Amino acid sequence: MPSFVNPEKCDGCKALDSTACQHICPNDLMVLDKETMKAYNREPEMCWECYNCVKICPTQAVDVRGYADFVPMGASVVPMRSTDAIMWTVRFRNGNVKRFKFPIRTTPEGQAEPAGGWPTEPDLDSPVLFTEPDSLGLPAVWTRN
Amino acid sequence: MRDIKTVVVDTDLLILGGGMAACGAAVEAAHWAKKNGLKVTMVDKAAVDRSGAVAMGLSAINQYVGLRDGQNTVKDYVDYVRNDLMGVTREDLVANIARHVDSTVHLFEKWGLPIWKDENGNYVHEGRWQLMINGESYKVVVAEAAKNAIGADNIHERIFIVGPLVDGDRCVGAYGFSVREDVFYVFRSKATLVAMGGAVHVFKPRSSGEGQGRAWYPPWNAGASTYFTLKAGAEMTCQEVRFIPVRFKDAYGPVGAWFLLFKSRATNAFGGEYMQERRDELTNWVPYGHVKPMPANLRNYLMLLDVMEGKGPIYMRTEEAIGKLAEQYKDDPKAYKKKMKELESEAWEDFLDMTISQAILWAATNTAPEEKPSEIAAAEPYFIGSHSGASGAWVSGPEDLAPAEYFWGYENMSTVKGLFCAGDASGASSHKFSSGSHAEGRIAGKAAVKYIVRENPTLPTLSDETVEALKEEVYRPLANFEANRTGTTQPDVNPNYIRPKMFMMRLQKIMDEYAGGVSAQFTTSRPMLERGLELLGFLKEDSEKLGAEDLHELMRCWENVHRMYQAEAHVRSVLFREETRWPGYYFRADFPNLDEANWHCFVNCKLDPVTGEWQMMKRPILHVFAPASDHELVGG
Ligand SMILES: Cc1cc2nc3c(=O)[nH]c(=O)nc-3n(C[C@H](O)[C@H](O)[C@H](O)COP(=O)(O)OP(=O)(O)OC[C@H]3O[C@@H](n4cnc5c(N)ncnc54)[C@H](O)[C@@H]3O)c2cc1C
Ligand code: SF4
Ligand code: SF4
Repeated sequence: MPSFVNPEKCDGCKALDSTACQHICPNDLMVLDKETMKAYNREPEMCWECYNCVKICPTQAVDVRGYADFVPMGASVVPMRSTDAIMWTVRFRNGNVKRFKFPIRTTPEGQAEPAGGWPTEPDLDSPVLFTEPDSLGLPAVWTRN
Repeated sequence: MRDIKTVVVDTDLLILGGGMAACGAAVEAAHWAKKNGLKVTMVDKAAVDRSGAVAMGLSAINQYVGLRDGQNTVKDYVDYVRNDLMGVTREDLVANIARHVDSTVHLFEKWGLPIWKDENGNYVHEGRWQLMINGESYKVVVAEAAKNAIGADNIHERIFIVGPLVDGDRCVGAYGFSVREDVFYVFRSKATLVAMGGAVHVFKPRSSGEGQGRAWYPPWNAGASTYFTLKAGAEMTCQEVRFIPVRFKDAYGPVGAWFLLFKSRATNAFGGEYMQERRDELTNWVPYGHVKPMPANLRNYLMLLDVMEGKGPIYMRTEEAIGKLAEQYKDDPKAYKKKMKELESEAWEDFLDMTISQAILWAATNTAPEEKPSEIAAAEPYFIGSHSGASGAWVSGPEDLAPAEYFWGYENMSTVKGLFCAGDASGASSHKFSSGSHAEGRIAGKAAVKYIVRENPTLPTLSDETVEALKEEVYRPLANFEANRTGTTQPDVNPNYIRPKMFMMRLQKIMDEYAGGVSAQFTTSRPMLERGLELLGFLKEDSEKLGAEDLHELMRCWENVHRMYQAEAHVRSVLFREETRWPGYYFRADFPNLDEANWHCFVNCKLDPVTGEWQMMKRPILHVFAPASDHELVGG
């Protein structure tokens, strides 16, 4: 589907202003049903299966069911994302299971320093960008001789 | 009618979009803005942590030139891009990005993006220009640096940008609306930088049900860059150049790892290899038919010829590739097992980092790649000037590289003063991908600050009437729906309005059938295009009658208006260029050949924002490097 929500697990993000899934969906699909206080995907046929709602949900309430118009039933792909790695569990229709783990970043969250620690060159008129030439690893920016 | 508040935000540099190019612009502009006491503001329809084409992540950085290690030169990259686009490329723009892109990639690494390294500490390449990454959090990391640079307070999320504010020959800001609350936004700026991505769902996707969202290109980039720049009166280029990727069929998973890491072949159902069997066809497209690597559209074309002859399905021969590997290691089963495990993990990561649907599809079909091949197919057409397409605004090149005809003061400024474009929004500079888009954003961000400092433009004065008129236009679909909803018992079917979903389907049907979509095997002709334009004309009139139930649907209405303008720019440009230059992307049945004598040029277009009239024109292709000889074409 697109993403779908397990009503047993969703707690509506405890009625915060904006739920985590609603906050993150790049296509504005996840919404909270104010009556049941459960989230749902309002336009399954506009879902990219990007998994951002799945990865962000604090209660693991969101899952994805492959697009019904071309994907046979019975498989699942489930991520567990921590601060530095992601673990995937791929379950096949025939019951086979594969697991993969990949790193996702090498710095602590929030710490990306815009200049990357390189000295910055303050000349607005040249074609040199603010971290260059050092960030290029070259003595100068290339130009036509 | 609901009460909608108006908020006016004043800034110096307004960055529209929060994707790769916009984040590059923010990081760079923040530095120069601080030095000059200027304010930078960013606006995105989504949350910048996960917005744009990189929202899911990526598994490779597709542009890294490797200047520091002497691997390639700037000219090598320019040759590659020009050849892939069948000769039509702005060398000054491509060279400008190529000389800066490595710097951006090195920054990504500092920010925390894991780039694969070999035992000697060198980057692991997937191909000549591509680096392998663990890219699940690529966008998160890049957005974080942008946020840290301009400050979270200067980023406005969940605001959908509709169109430009124009003052004479200048762009002076933008207007749009919150998709969360009843607030209409007017941004007044001294310079505006457009980076709202490309467009999808202009053509009918292959999937017709729930899977429609699974286009290769993300459903949330809907042509805002094109609409914005057209409506500002900017000259546009390469609007005929669409991109059709060949990917694993239906879920559109990447094929790169299979071709490059596993050295897999693609064959038709009978085992024939179209890349070999149809080699002679390439002589019809010389000189580009003989360059290496073969232009992407020609590879597509050879495959499509097989499909049209009934030789499909086309398969990625995964079982054969793995068999060959096994053969190689037949004396050392332990080493084979190790190698296989490594490759298997790499192949799955390729899917899980950027097309998770493909992993689901393989799991759901019990696909064991070592046992049976998997189908590949051409997707539907997309507009993505940063990838293998080229559509976008016609922008100024850099002073030190651009020929005089391509230079008007500030890098990446469109033909409208104060309006800068980067990434998918700027044209004729293909193959910049994620890294090059970020680098181009940086170039444009710095140039925009330079423009503000040098020209010291003023903020516009906007009368209340102007603001009210824009607001009325933006919220009209809500009013249409509200006024007529009780007229029928089924809100979807009402003679007084059209909801955005059906409007989109009507657009897609027109484009698919008349402008060379999937159903038409990417083939069109003058009579077909002219009929398509006639039908687009009715659609444009009916866009006044779009109806929206809520703010989410209001966004869908405007997305489809944006798509409609992208569609018209495309149809008019395909019609104007009387040749077939990119078979495999589209085919003009009435002009089936390449015509170097008449059409070795750019096709540009312009919309008069006041009269709505279109103007089509040719622009010359000028070189930064000495024009390529045949020798260079082949070697490049
Ligand atoms: C499936 C796929 C695979 C790819 N694989 C690779 C790869 O392996 N390696 C690589 O280097 N590149 C890859 N690319 C290319 C890369 O993703 C793009 O080149 C790059 O993202 C372009 O940057 P951009 O800033 O122009 O657009 P985007 O990054 O798409 O950003 C567009 C931004 O505009 C915002 N926006 C859109 N409309 C509006 C509006 N109306 N109002 C406000 N904001 C709006 C969006 O929310 C988004 O933040 C891939 C692309 C796709 C689609
Ligand atoms: S993020 Fe999870 S818990 Fe929160 S509303 Fe969404 S589905 Fe429910
Ligand atoms: S998978 Fe992605 S597109 Fe689909 S609802 Fe979740 S966040 Fe939105």
